[in-house]
Amino acid sequence: MKRWACAVAVVAAALVVGPTESLAKTEISFWHAMGGQLGDTVNELVKQFNHSQAEYEVKALNKGTYPEVLTGAIAAYRQKNPPHIVQMFDVGTQTMLLSGAIHPIFQLMKEQEIAINWGDFIKPVTGYYSKDGNLYSMPFNSSSPILYYNKDAFKKAGLPDKPPATWKEVGEFSKKIIAAGGAKCGFTTSWPSWTMLENTFPWHDQPFATNQNGYTGLDTKLLINGEFGVKHIGQLAAWQKEGVYSYGGRMGQPDPKFINGDCAMLIQSSAVIGGFKKSLKFEWATGQLPHWGAPYKKQNTIVGGGTLWVMKGHKGADDKGVAQFMRFIAEPHQQMWWSVTTGYVPVTQTAIKNLEAGYHFKKNPEQWTALSQLSAKPTPNSLGHRLGNFVQIREAIEGELENVFAGKKTAKEGLDAAVAKGNDILKEFAAASAQ
Amino acid sequence: MSADGAAVASARVDALPRVAAARRGRTFDWGTVVVHALLILCVAVIAFPLYYAFVISTQTVPEVLGRPPLLRPSGHMLENYAAAWQRSNMARLLLNSAVVAIASALGKIAISMLSAFAIVYFNFRGKSVAFWMIFVTLMLPVEVRIMSTYEVIGSIGWLNSYAGLTIPLMASATATFLFRQFYMTVPNELVEAAQLDGVGPLRFLWAFLLPLSWANIAALFVVLFIFGWNQYLWPLMITNTETMRVVVIGLQDLIPRTGTHVPEWNVMMAAAMMALLPPVAVILFMQRWFVKGLIESEK
Amino acid sequence: MKRAVFPNRLLPYLLVLPQIAVTGVFFFWPALESVRLSVFRTSPFGDKSFFVGLENFRKLLTSSEYYSSIVNSFLFAFGVTAIGLGAGLLVAALATQKIRGLAAYRTAVLWPYGIAPPIAGIIFLFIFHPSYGALPYWLSFVTSYEFNWLLKGWVAMALVIVATAWTHVGYNIAFFLAGLLAIPASVLEAASVDGAGAIRRFRSIIFPLLSPITFYLLVVNLIFSFFGSFGVIHAVTQGGPGRATEIMVFKVYNDGLIGLNLGSSAAQSVLLMLVVIALTAIQFRFVEKRVTYS
Repeated sequence: MKRWACAVAVVAAALVVGPTESLAKTEISFWHAMGGQLGDTVNELVKQFNHSQAEYEVKALNKGTYPEVLTGAIAAYRQKNPPHIVQMFDVGTQTMLLSGAIHPIFQLMKEQEIAINWGDFIKPVTGYYSKDGNLYSMPFNSSSPILYYNKDAFKKAGLPDKPPATWKEVGEFSKKIIAAGGAKCGFTTSWPSWTMLENTFPWHDQPFATNQNGYTGLDTKLLINGEFGVKHIGQLAAWQKEGVYSYGGRMGQPDPKFINGDCAMLIQSSAVIGGFKKSLKFEWATGQLPHWGAPYKKQNTIVGGGTLWVMKGHKGADDKGVAQFMRFIAEPHQQMWWSVTTGYVPVTQTAIKNLEAGYHFKKNPEQWTALSQLSAKPTPNSLGHRLGNFVQIREAIEGELENVFAGKKTAKEGLDAAVAKGNDILKEFAAASAQ
Repeated sequence: MSADGAAVASARVDALPRVAAARRGRTFDWGTVVVHALLILCVAVIAFPLYYAFVISTQTVPEVLGRPPLLRPSGHMLENYAAAWQRSNMARLLLNSAVVAIASALGKIAISMLSAFAIVYFNFRGKSVAFWMIFVTLMLPVEVRIMSTYEVIGSIGWLNSYAGLTIPLMASATATFLFRQFYMTVPNELVEAAQLDGVGPLRFLWAFLLPLSWANIAALFVVLFIFGWNQYLWPLMITNTETMRVVVIGLQDLIPRTGTHVPEWNVMMAAAMMALLPPVAVILFMQRWFVKGLIESEK
Repeated sequence: MKRAVFPNRLLPYLLVLPQIAVTGVFFFWPALESVRLSVFRTSPFGDKSFFVGLENFRKLLTSSEYYSSIVNSFLFAFGVTAIGLGAGLLVAALATQKIRGLAAYRTAVLWPYGIAPPIAGIIFLFIFHPSYGALPYWLSFVTSYEFNWLLKGWVAMALVIVATAWTHVGYNIAFFLAGLLAIPASVLEAASVDGAGAIRRFRSIIFPLLSPITFYLLVVNLIFSFFGSFGVIHAVTQGGPGRATEIMVFKVYNDGLIGLNLGSSAAQSVLLMLVVIALTAIQFRFVEKRVTYS
């Protein structure tokens, strides 16, 4: 048995040491949350960078979902062994900003004397991820929720080939489609809190939380249980009961309802365009996130997706490699390639102009939809959200939405409960972050 | 049931074919047919999920999503398995899982044998303290204290290493308890005789107890191997690089949980089949040891 | 029985040292760390931390969510145990017929034990999936009721219970068969000579003889599903919908690692540990008694 143990130990030791060739390059670790096809695309991007120079080797690693990436990064930071770069989603922004564990991107680039034209980045992106006018993390995968519709189902119901512009139309179209047998349900929604509240509020210029959605202070409170929220969620709940709306779960779980033709419409991030192009077996197109129309103003949606944060706690020499990788992904060529391959929106004016010049958006109108929602100049209601422990708040909101859609609570009761829980979480965060 | 009882039980398991043989030659019995039918039904219900997973792993995405569900294998098995193999760096994942499962099983057996030996065959000050320190860990899963265990591993500097993956798994008392139970069934005369012959404790352990324990060790090994192979949250937490991942975690890369893409259930199921095959094969091929291990490591 | 012992003084300490070291470093140290964290409020990145006394415990014990996670834990544990023991007893009852191929049947039900809970979860997630799973599709022919576990809490609970029980049912069957085969054939034969019917034979002879095993399995199944069932829930429901499948162990993980509320998570760990220690003491007494008995 001892011999066995020895053999195992030897094998283990051999594996720990590993191949020696990679030792020559400085390794830059990059943790991300991109699984499946998006993960493949990230790997491709990283490969291109590694081939483009000889000094640094970026090692990309999928650490699970965004919350798991955040947890992993925090744990690693506390052990003084953090990854160099962490991809974090929009709702993790406040936690990262207040962490004291990050190296702001604008500062890193300044130190490394790499000039980046920050003004080239589109406003909704810089608005979300900046503090005091400086960008703290590198925009990477930015998206916004849009509406996808099944053209075949629309045709079957005798509807014109255009997406519904208002929620009223969404309801009417759905009923016609169901009656004509074009689909079993009208529409479903992925990432329910993100699409139906976090984006729908700024899209109608409604405040999501006090303190300008958390930008101006920590003693923030949610405002989603007001008249607008109750009206919107109440309508969804009523439609759920009628079968017009079909709740399909959190994150991207509802997608298959659209993919297999059960639902004629889907509200989901623009990031799935790339995947849908490969897999959808029917004709489809996109439209803007539906709007309630007057008296509400049509504002802009916010950017979701993730940005890349540089973490503190590394040798100064590594910074140069990190900065080079950041510059690499901000270059128009990579921007365009990434956005065309995935469906994430290009985040620099130059990349957008170049794509326009190549008639990219004419040929691929679906890739213009999200950008078109981001063009208005943001108001305090639509700049973004800066809430601490937003992951937990989102979870509380989605839990209550499920209670509402299951008919266990009215929209008002559910949203009240979500606000109460959310405010508790915000209070806890403020208390832990103050001092 | 004590270890004795279990030994009797496994002896009876072996005797089973003989019982059955004795019954051969009876007249045709409808009752038996019904019993077989019911048992086959049970087996079918239990086997269905795995069969279905296998079927999915041979289909294309449209076939997977199509209605009605296609319940027979399709012809795309090879490409799905190849995709799963490449995309998740499967060879390395399987190797890591094997290392973790084998090393943690052997390590646990080794330290448990020694401590059980000390507890049964020696009187020493603090024995009952040591005993309770060990046995209070019997049931507490690592999930419950995951964050602080992680910090401990971090302070030792074992993150992302085989040591970090395996050694904390050894902090469990089940194996110690099994060996303790087993040693207590070893007749006193044996140790008395050995002592009369001037045999020292280590030699007694090595030359007397160890040969008697092989069956227990084999049984325990199978059970611990499966336990180690199927670890999930712990390796998820402490591995940071692709080269250190184990296979159950590697599946994560294939699960489209961030939700922005079309789920490739066929590839996922192919990977799942590859991940579950080794432990299931171990159960099937070492079934005798496995059942013995389960029954005797009853806490 | 007094055991013969070796007289060495130092050796026993050396022998227990490895295990005590591993236990100390990976069990007691983290446990103490949890106790410490439970009386602090710590910022997510751990850079700020201040003493709050029993505040974390007070919050827990006054929150309805904590109590609902306790209820869910019991529902889950009893569900898994009921299915596991029920199926185990059914097979055992059938097997009292001492038919041919019993060992083959045992093999055929035992292997799911080797499947990691998250993998079992993924498989069941697919089978139950409201939009593309086979089961909801077939059920839609029987009833118009929508078995949507994404929305209906009890369906989600049923799903995770079934998936967990599936991996564990073979374990119960193995024990029941072992117990069954340990019953002397003469007892069974005597019973059939008396003309006792199969059902009566099972009820009045087999089941009482199996009851120690049944009791043991009851305890083990409850403990297993109470504490060791994280993987399935993590892979399938993530505690939802609306917290309907949030069991205590999952809440510890979720509040600590996802919610980043370390203090509350640690307080929950401490409470769970107290429960575990109590259970261990109870179970240990029970085990000791059996050992003495035999």
